[in-house]
Amino acid sequence: MTFVAKPRTRHPLLPLNELDLTRRDYEGAVSTLCAGCGHDSVSAAIVQACAELSLPPHRFAKLSGIGCSSKTPSYFLDKSHGFNSVHGRMPSVATGANLANRALYCIGVSGDGDSASIGLGQFAHIVRRRINMLYIVDNNGTYGLTKGQFSATNDRGSTSKRGVPNLYEPIDLASMALQIGASFVGRSFSGDKRQLVPLIKAGLMHPGMAFLDVISPCVAFNNHNGSTKSFQYVREHSAKLMEADYIAPSAEITADYEAGAAEDVNMPDGSTLRLRKVEASYDVHDRIGALAHVQRCQEQGEVLTGLLYVDPDAADCHDVLGTVETPLNALAEADLCPGSRELDRLNESFR
Amino acid sequence: MKPTNIFDPNYFHKVVDCQWACPAHTPVPEYIRLIAQERYTEAYMLNWDSNVFPGILGRTCDRPCEPACRRVRTEEKPVAICRLKRVAADHKGDISAYLPRVPSRKNGKRIALLGAGPASLAVARDLLPLGYEVHLFEKDPAGGGMMRSQIPAFRLPADVLEEEVDLILNMGVECHFNHEIASMKEMLEMGFDAYFVGTGAPRGRDLNLPGREEVDEHISIGIDWLSSVAFGHTNSISGDVIVMGGGNTAMDCCRTSKRLGANSVSVVVRSAFEVMKASDWEKEDAMSEGIPIINNRPPKEFVHDDGKLKGVVFGCVKPVKGEDGRLRYEPSGEPDVFLKADRILMAIGQENHCPWIERDIGIQFDKWDCPVLDETTLQSTHPKVFFGGDSAFGPENIIWASAHAHQAAISIHLFCQGQDLKADRPPEGVNLLSTKMGIHEWSYDSEHDPAVRYLVPHADKKQALGNIKIEVELGFDRRLGAKEAQRCLNCDVQTVFTDQLCIECDACVDICPMDCISFTDNGEEDELRQRLTAPALTTEQDLYVSGQLATGRVMVKDEDLCLHCGLCAERCPTNAWDMQRAVVHVPQLGSYAG
Repeated sequence: MTFVAKPRTRHPLLPLNELDLTRRDYEGAVSTLCAGCGHDSVSAAIVQACAELSLPPHRFAKLSGIGCSSKTPSYFLDKSHGFNSVHGRMPSVATGANLANRALYCIGVSGDGDSASIGLGQFAHIVRRRINMLYIVDNNGTYGLTKGQFSATNDRGSTSKRGVPNLYEPIDLASMALQIGASFVGRSFSGDKRQLVPLIKAGLMHPGMAFLDVISPCVAFNNHNGSTKSFQYVREHSAKLMEADYIAPSAEITADYEAGAAEDVNMPDGSTLRLRKVEASYDVHDRIGALAHVQRCQEQGEVLTGLLYVDPDAADCHDVLGTVETPLNALAEADLCPGSRELDRLNESFR
Repeated sequence: MKPTNIFDPNYFHKVVDCQWACPAHTPVPEYIRLIAQERYTEAYMLNWDSNVFPGILGRTCDRPCEPACRRVRTEEKPVAICRLKRVAADHKGDISAYLPRVPSRKNGKRIALLGAGPASLAVARDLLPLGYEVHLFEKDPAGGGMMRSQIPAFRLPADVLEEEVDLILNMGVECHFNHEIASMKEMLEMGFDAYFVGTGAPRGRDLNLPGREEVDEHISIGIDWLSSVAFGHTNSISGDVIVMGGGNTAMDCCRTSKRLGANSVSVVVRSAFEVMKASDWEKEDAMSEGIPIINNRPPKEFVHDDGKLKGVVFGCVKPVKGEDGRLRYEPSGEPDVFLKADRILMAIGQENHCPWIERDIGIQFDKWDCPVLDETTLQSTHPKVFFGGDSAFGPENIIWASAHAHQAAISIHLFCQGQDLKADRPPEGVNLLSTKMGIHEWSYDSEHDPAVRYLVPHADKKQALGNIKIEVELGFDRRLGAKEAQRCLNCDVQTVFTDQLCIECDACVDICPMDCISFTDNGEEDELRQRLTAPALTTEQDLYVSGQLATGRVMVKDEDLCLHCGLCAERCPTNAWDMQRAVVHVPQLGSYAG
């Protein structure tokens, strides 16, 4: 960590976005994580994505639980709303926030401890309920804050810093998310912003539960030779499904790719996610196929990255419940409390 | 691009913009740090080693370092480097223990220095500690050259000048004052082992316009007039004064006139305000003293009544920017203007003038009447004769005189020892010293200070204008000096990258406030500059390129806007980045003394 704050002085040619803000206006407080932590790269990717999307910082809700990952919302978007909740209970708070104000962009940042251990039940249910949010797990396979015990996502046979192997099967959160109804599932790597930033942008624009499993190495406790979540291992065993480009609604779409090698996913805001696929046959809309492919790669010790699955016709919790378009917190008292005559009429309808 | 060779002494030297821009390569950030630590004596001596006249230069330097300062590019105004130099000079303690010792037993070689200006004095300082017998010949009754005769006391008080001049003279210079040199041939016959010509550019330019001869007694050449004021021959000036010219001499002339009782003073310049040769701060000071500067007015005629000057007729032009970006002047169409004047001070430049050097003794001159010199050794076509200061390549300034002097002194030493003037020159060098003292502890103040440039206090204007000896700029006191020192970015503390240690975690890229760092595929420089984290468009500033990393990429750092805040090194988990102080060794004769 460093206690020296990043100077506000910036590069004079830093581009301004549509709101006349630079990327620096989307940063947060100085990070107190270890030097070189992958989580800081994820935060930087979120900063870059939000700035490039020209989204107003005050329209965000940042939500997190407990752990190294859950500290990170302090380190980006310091002009937005935030709630740092109880360990593993971020999904409950996120559900509440989204139900109360559906107009906010919800970003939940959690970790492998927060989501795969103490909060596994919460994780399963928020995915199942399809809350419209971007749920990012900074996945480093270790409990860094308590000095390096194996977490539930650590691969069997992967070793601790002292060389002791892990005896248990890992929980794969991406597979779980696919299985229980997430309409946007991706996996990426903190050391590959070229892929991570477009996925974050697409996830933010996706109208439903967007889940990103981001391998984010712990330099202090899980970046050694026996680890399967080190910078070196992930780079050497990366099986990239595709390079992704996020194309803003206003940008001109050019066709400069070989037929079959690229696929455009149209986002509801008019933007496009262009997938330049490594395997042309991979179908990004086939949930069962995706599940099988993820599992197979995992068995072969490969780290599959890219957009695994997207449902272009996704529905979120508000669609399912049929709530009004106006955010509930913006409804006037007259709308929320229509009077005793209406109550009587309602009660009458049940007789 | 090939990996950068950081052990090339010039690579990191160039990153220290101020030191690189300084002709004498004064280690600016190092002395500013010493000022911040209130170690004024050490800061002064560091300056004295490089530029010989810190107190004088701290008031009068042309400051090539300041426009070069990185802060101009990262924020707006440069660090007040020159004024900080003065802080060191004003607050220093006893320096006698730090001075080089001059051996009482001489080495048998006798050197003649012609002219007692900054160049000759600096040569004397470099040669004396090695046992040379140094003779100084000067036409004026005191040493200092143009620093004494042309810089008025309200900019450079006499005691400051004398302290630094006498310091050198007292090292054992044999002084021959009031000695007008009439013939170089005669000098050569005196049998010195080497000669250094530091006689400056003593001839002020004149302007031959209609009426010039008739009004001769009402016109003075600026530098001659300033000199007669400096030596007390002139104590007053009366009537309406026009100063012609736009350089620092013009500014000194107009401000001196104002103090010596002129009824009115105005400066008339043929060119535009922006391209005037005078330093910005000199122009500002003159204007703040109520002196108008009238631009784009080329003179046409001196108007007189039977030899009594009435005034000057000026034409009116307007500047037009040509395709090459340079200004040209076209008639503006306005009618000519007449300005009333009783006296005219001509300050339109000066030139080399050595009528006393015979042209048949082996010293060649070029078509501009400058001596033909080797640019590195400053040796003339006569092997025993060396030139420096304004007499070498035409009018420059004091800091260039110091720079020339160091080179000439090395050459004279090599010449006297029978060595080759080029092959045996001492090389430049660089030492890199880590500033890491512990986790997040550096031996320099790494934190960036966003403060804007502090203003220097001035003397009360009414008092200053009433007395030519009252110094106008008061200089920073200790408190303001310490604050201004904090603005220095410590550009000599370098970001040193070790590619074998890097795990490509991106932490440095994310934290860099100026987007200087990129990890990318290698390429040709022009193309690479376009696709970095932030495009590197200042091509004069180098790219620092690492060897190939594990992923096949390279680290590329744009040196242009780096704040030297050390955050890349703080955030680096493997110490691939380290902040190392680059000590650039610019050779001086002292390098031989050991």
